[in-house]
Amino acid sequence: MWRDALLIARRDLTIELRSKVGTWQILPFGLMALFLFAFALGPQTELLRTAAPGLFWLAVLFSSILAAQRSLNIEGSASTREANRLLGLDPAGVFLGKAVAMALELLVLEVVLLVGVMLLFHVTIASWLFVVPALVLPALGLSAAGVLYGSLAGGASTRSTLLPILVLPVEAPVLIAASKSLSRGLGSVTPDAGRWLVVLAIFAVVYSVLGVALYGPLEES
Amino acid sequence: MMRTTLRKSIGPLAAVLVAVTAWLGLVVTPPDRDQGDYVRLVYLHPALAWVALYVAFGMSAVCSLLYLWKRTRSLRFDRLASSAVEVGVVYTLLTLLTGSIWGRPTWGVWWTWDARLTSTAVLAVLFLGYLALRRVPAEAHIRARRSAVFALLAAINVPIIHFSVIWWQTLHQGATVLNPNLSPMIHGLMAWTLLLSFVAFTLLFAWMVMVRYEIETRRADEDEVGMAAAIADRQAEGIHS
Repeated sequence: MWRDALLIARRDLTIELRSKVGTWQILPFGLMALFLFAFALGPQTELLRTAAPGLFWLAVLFSSILAAQRSLNIEGSASTREANRLLGLDPAGVFLGKAVAMALELLVLEVVLLVGVMLLFHVTIASWLFVVPALVLPALGLSAAGVLYGSLAGGASTRSTLLPILVLPVEAPVLIAASKSLSRGLGSVTPDAGRWLVVLAIFAVVYSVLGVALYGPLEES
Repeated sequence: MMRTTLRKSIGPLAAVLVAVTAWLGLVVTPPDRDQGDYVRLVYLHPALAWVALYVAFGMSAVCSLLYLWKRTRSLRFDRLASSAVEVGVVYTLLTLLTGSIWGRPTWGVWWTWDARLTSTAVLAVLFLGYLALRRVPAEAHIRARRSAVFALLAAINVPIIHFSVIWWQTLHQGATVLNPNLSPMIHGLMAWTLLLSFVAFTLLFAWMVMVRYEIETRRADEDEVGMAAAIADRQAEGIHS
């Protein structure tokens, strides 16, 4: 399973590096979302500073939908699935590989957007101890849930409209927990920030386990 | 035959019980000392929530599990699960609506970002997603498998809603009847009317699910007949050409 996961993760990342869909489509979308949030709230520095963690995670959440659709589109063609079967790849490994590749892409996106938030919303990093897990754990959770629900949403024609409806309500706890944790990392007084990190870890583990168990039967259909 | 008889008897019985509940709740029971006549929503809102959160989505989870279990796999369970969710979504939306109407005079707002309200709204959206997923064109068993998995994933939200008023400090009151001590904090005629409302709205739900299931079964039969006729037409065309 782990070997297959590594193979699929390398394949997905190579495709992304060559096609640059993430760089030219998903990343600009995330940055544009940050600009639009700032336009909607107005130029008050204090308001932008307070809202920064939530707006950052909203931008990541919406971008993650695009990333999940992109990831599933690679797997969507009949020839790719046929090739996976002929190679004898373990579906659990395919799921893990796709989730890891998407998580790495999301991490890059988060780092770029965080720099954007620091410049546009006038925030600074107060505690790396909270910022690092507050970026890594949601990336893992969002990618696992994105790939799992993406495989539920069926073919590419329906997935683009259906995936946001299916996955966004499920990811609401990640939005809350990640905003609280990042808020603490950016210097706000946030009680129980550590507990929110535990929520993020539980979400990532639960959806990774569910994905490993369910991806195979869902892809068969 | 037996199913039709059951459906035909449950419908009128549910209607009578809902009417008796309305009479007891609106005319016979007294107003509350603090809430006045707004307390009469207690004969509607908790019963709707009970059916929506526990009966409907519990039923969809059990039927989905039975569908996924190889030994009991049957499209009947898929149809039952989807019927329960369809009616359950209506009950959930009515729960939110009646809760909002009750919240305005007691909390002073139509909506508050309370743990139970928010998680119930998320559940409603999740199950609207389930209904959207079912409308994706696919072979019956493929659709059934996807829907069953999604229903089980969504059902995880139900215990979160139940315990939300215990885990988090919220405006919403704790359970009056199904509280941790199992001692109902309501008495007399109000308690009996409340109990009757639970029975009435559960029976109404059962009747609506049965009707919805019947429609789904007939639609599936019609699709099968249509497919058989199309195959026969093609075969006849083949013979003639």
